[in-house]
Amino acid sequence: MNKLSQVFQNKKAFIGFVVAGDPNFEATVDNVIALAEGGADIVEIGLPFSDPVADGPVIQEADLRAFAAGMNTDKVFELVKKIREKTQVPLVFLTYLNLVFKYGYQNFCAKCQALEVSGLIIPDMPYEEKGELEPIAKENEVALIPLVAPTSGDRVEKIARDAQGFIYVVSSLGITGTRNTFAKELEDVLKQIKKVTNTPTAIGFGVHTPKQAKELGKLADGVIVGSEIVKIIKDNQPDATKAIKEYTSEMKKALQSI
Amino acid sequence: MTTRVKNGRYGQYGGQYVPETLMTEIKRMDDAFREYKDDPEFKRELTDLLNNYANRPSMLYYAKRMSEDLGGAQIYLKREDLNHTGAHKINNVIGQALLAKRMGKTRLIAETGAGQHGVATATIAALFGMECEIFMGKEDTERQKLNVYRMELLGAKVHAVTAGSMVLKDAITAAMQEWTRRVADTFYVMGSATGPAPYPEMVHHFQSVISQEARKQIIKETGKLPDAVVACVGGGSNAIGSFAAFLDDKSVQLIGAEAAGKGVNTNQTAATIAKGSDGIFHGMKSIFLQDKNGQIDSVYSISAGLDYPGIGPEHAKLAVSKRAQYVDITDDEAVAAFEYIAKTEGIVAAIESSHAIAYVQKIAPAMQKNQIIICTLSGRGDKDVAAIAKYRGIKIDE
Repeated sequence: MNKLSQVFQNKKAFIGFVVAGDPNFEATVDNVIALAEGGADIVEIGLPFSDPVADGPVIQEADLRAFAAGMNTDKVFELVKKIREKTQVPLVFLTYLNLVFKYGYQNFCAKCQALEVSGLIIPDMPYEEKGELEPIAKENEVALIPLVAPTSGDRVEKIARDAQGFIYVVSSLGITGTRNTFAKELEDVLKQIKKVTNTPTAIGFGVHTPKQAKELGKLADGVIVGSEIVKIIKDNQPDATKAIKEYTSEMKKALQSI
Repeated sequence: MTTRVKNGRYGQYGGQYVPETLMTEIKRMDDAFREYKDDPEFKRELTDLLNNYANRPSMLYYAKRMSEDLGGAQIYLKREDLNHTGAHKINNVIGQALLAKRMGKTRLIAETGAGQHGVATATIAALFGMECEIFMGKEDTERQKLNVYRMELLGAKVHAVTAGSMVLKDAITAAMQEWTRRVADTFYVMGSATGPAPYPEMVHHFQSVISQEARKQIIKETGKLPDAVVACVGGGSNAIGSFAAFLDDKSVQLIGAEAAGKGVNTNQTAATIAKGSDGIFHGMKSIFLQDKNGQIDSVYSISAGLDYPGIGPEHAKLAVSKRAQYVDITDDEAVAAFEYIAKTEGIVAAIESSHAIAYVQKIAPAMQKNQIIICTLSGRGDKDVAAIAKYRGIKIDE
């Protein structure tokens, strides 16, 4: 079993997201550690991209802050190296495909393996386009974590069958950002997934309150929170670690109460 | 004609690099395109609208004064500027909107740069009684105020996009995001030969009417094929339409004029083939202007319609295979051509099309008198008059 899948054994997982370099290199290291100490089971690190097609304004602005602080792909790896000196929390990257393509699939995946980045979430690489990257990722033991959407319909089964690590279930239509309602298809999508695979599922896009975590945690094996954590970081300058820890343990508690 | 696209790919270029949320819808659209493109009733309706609403076929005009003045090749202008709404964009919009209707869609969304594609989409939405929302970079809404009002007049809602550099690339991103938000009743009418498959193929299909007509017209008029076909290229819709019917005519040189902005050696340029490299963005693998990390560049051209950091995947393949040649034209050259064709032929051409004219000015004098150039005038230049006046330091009220 992939080490990401193991995270989900006997518990509902909490996955927290930060943008690498938002608002700067050092703060990101501290914030990832705060997430881990607050109880996050996996930390998802976003690589800032000039044109994040799947992201809402909150993450777009975080990307801009990261660029202003001089972030680039090499520096993201340096950042992970620093993080790895202090925590063994499982890490995954969220990145648009062009950044991986430009770095070189082999180079990128080898770096991930060396720094124990266990998986990649690539929002603009659907099932049909994973062929080029997949063998290289496998060879370097980096899981390609697929996304499944409420509109996936009869695509769900083939995506789920091939999935590694965990399956990122998109809660609703549209782009990232906090919201209060989720797609009515969600339950059916999760049932379809469970029919064909034991690979764990985590629901993301819009999740931000403990109440939602509890509700969605009943449907899936975990939840992913992005924009809300990015907001906490923005609102608690210069040091957001305390606020992150508090928020994370609250979300974790909600998931443990299921 | 031989099929050049295979499973949405043009050699190594093309593909469908979009969020999962859109994949089911894109497959549905692809199925509908394949079902209807050769369907007799669909074709009849398309042809009827092209001929009786959009004013096709567009004329192939012999530019006698320009040919004599340049003193070399005979120059023919394919007058897409005389289409209803004033540009080639309408050809593709009618096709995609008919497809949208067949799919039961009630709402059209589109991106626009110069505003011509937005105007064409708003026009057809009005004609078909469909809801319409247009995404346009805020910078472009200021450069092209007249077109914004035109779209609103036609009943469309225009969103000024404030993300990124607030130009065409950001408008495409915003339109794609809107599509992921509301996919069930909405059809995204892509204006350029870019984006995920099958858009580049659809745009090629619906724009190829330009060269199908031009090929017949030039043979009828002169008894032979042209030596060169010149068109401006941003994403590449009028260029692919101008090249399509000539792709198998190996003697016909195909030339795309890219916008060099302030020059290819400055960072204020949009010359993708000249300065770009392979990448994956906006749903396609193609050639893009980007940094070494793969961050997409902010690009610049005086022409809002060519101000895009990428190029359609079929053009990328044509460039790599050397079947077509891509050249760069600066703002200064394009503005000079804008003024030249106005004074020589009495035609106010779009600043986009003026990039193609500028290249014709460069090559025609060195060609023989029995040689022929077809240059596509992709649109008319009324929309640009105020901006060109400003470029020349003249302030006029729009």
